[in-house]
Amino acid sequence: MTEFIQTLVSGLSLGSIYALIALGYTMVYGIAKMLNFAHGDIIMVGAYSVISTVALSTNIPGIVAVVVSIVVCAVLGVTIEFLAYRPLRKAPSLSVLITAIGVSYLLQNLALLIFGSQQKSFHLDFFDAIKPIYIGDVLINGITLITLVVTILIMIALTIFINGTRMGKAMRAVSEDKEAAELMGISVNKTITVTFAIGSILAAVASVFYGGAYKYIKPTTGSMPGIKAFTAAVFGGIGSIPGAMLGGVLLGVIEQFAKAYISTLWSDAIVFLVLVIVLVVKPTGLLGKKISEKV
Amino acid sequence: MLKVDHINVYYGKIHAIKDVSFEVNDGEIVALIGANGAGKSTILKTVSGLLRARTGSISFHDETISHTEAHKLLAKGLAHVPEGRRIFLQMTVLENLEMGAYIRKDNFKSDIADIFRRFPRLEERKNQIAGTLSGGEQQMLAIGRALMSKPKLLMLDEPSMGLAPILVDQIFGIIKELHTAGTTILLVEQNAEKALAIADRAYVLESGRIALSGTGEELAASDKIKKAYLGG
Repeated sequence: MTEFIQTLVSGLSLGSIYALIALGYTMVYGIAKMLNFAHGDIIMVGAYSVISTVALSTNIPGIVAVVVSIVVCAVLGVTIEFLAYRPLRKAPSLSVLITAIGVSYLLQNLALLIFGSQQKSFHLDFFDAIKPIYIGDVLINGITLITLVVTILIMIALTIFINGTRMGKAMRAVSEDKEAAELMGISVNKTITVTFAIGSILAAVASVFYGGAYKYIKPTTGSMPGIKAFTAAVFGGIGSIPGAMLGGVLLGVIEQFAKAYISTLWSDAIVFLVLVIVLVVKPTGLLGKKISEKV
Repeated sequence: MLKVDHINVYYGKIHAIKDVSFEVNDGEIVALIGANGAGKSTILKTVSGLLRARTGSISFHDETISHTEAHKLLAKGLAHVPEGRRIFLQMTVLENLEMGAYIRKDNFKSDIADIFRRFPRLEERKNQIAGTLSGGEQQMLAIGRALMSKPKLLMLDEPSMGLAPILVDQIFGIIKELHTAGTTILLVEQNAEKALAIADRAYVLESGRIALSGTGEELAASDKIKKAYLGG
């Protein structure tokens, strides 16, 4: 039983990281109708921003590094959208997809050039500040605890933002019908910019937790969690915000259980097998909406 | 109020709108009629900035708007109810009306009450998801949503499309009422008979060109129009 709950906790923690990244994929897809394959690499940039800031001086608190990373990622996300994707707003979706893959390689190679291919250790002071807690025999360490609490808070805040604020409503309108939104006086371009900023901020936060969980980063660090989170977004129903949250958490839990009870080697294959099964049974994903034809 | 001056609009290589000029004066109902594919909707989309004219110019209240971004036109008093209604199907009726007031910073509660007075069906369904409304109700919501911005000129694209005859009469009744209340209206319709009956003036479009123009009465009496559009 202890092992079961321990696995569940680590699954929820890993799943929260996937969920944070998946939100970026799903929001950008919902609003700009594009798959931003460079999103995973924003995580990598976020992680390098954190360790570069900490390396500047010995007395920089970790939380400052996190804030720097958030700002860097938000600016980067908005810049990528402006330079690479906006000129292609009316281009076929395949051109946009290829551009996104190109941006992904660009970011990875820039990181390779600047930071080298050697992996770097990732550690922040506040990971140790919170002492591990025991619930029965189940150990929950500091970083796991922070990950779970912060993710839950972010998800609540995001839900309130989308449903309750003017900008959030504009985002929902744009995701449903760009032209009609434009006729309501909503600037579609501005809305897309805000979406990229939010997605990139979530990726920066995810990078801290991901670095915290895996301890090391390298220029390709973003690709695997990026692909897993994209899978999570599809799993939950791409375009759906609750879907990305649910998909991310479930994916993390399934992965950890597969590792603990079946095989570490096969865990990724099992994750993707579950995705395939879900898509066969429900092609729109768990919470995806059926697209109704307009009459 | 609105002056469209020799515009030419292209879809890629297709020359959709050919040298079209017309105007809408303060307080008028002007109708654009013509067959399917004649370019009526294209003209409205060009006026509201969703499409761009390659040549020619459009001005609203003597201000050139040919290059103004679509989302800035509503604040100038130009509202467009697009073809096929295009309400937000996943939002509630009330949220749709709130989206119509997106550009407003003042309190618009009393305007929502006004819309509900005009369209009691919408009030009954205010918390329902708009996708569950009937075609007629959706059209009322689309018009109500556009009215939330208090437009000076309301452009309606095929408001009667796909509606039962009794609803068509109701929608035209509403258009007349809005006009009486002081809104200037540019109406695009395939239902030429109904449109000419309420229009002060009308333009007839044929393959992207204006073929005829005149007062609603003149056109309704013209033999050519009777043969081509009024089944007689």
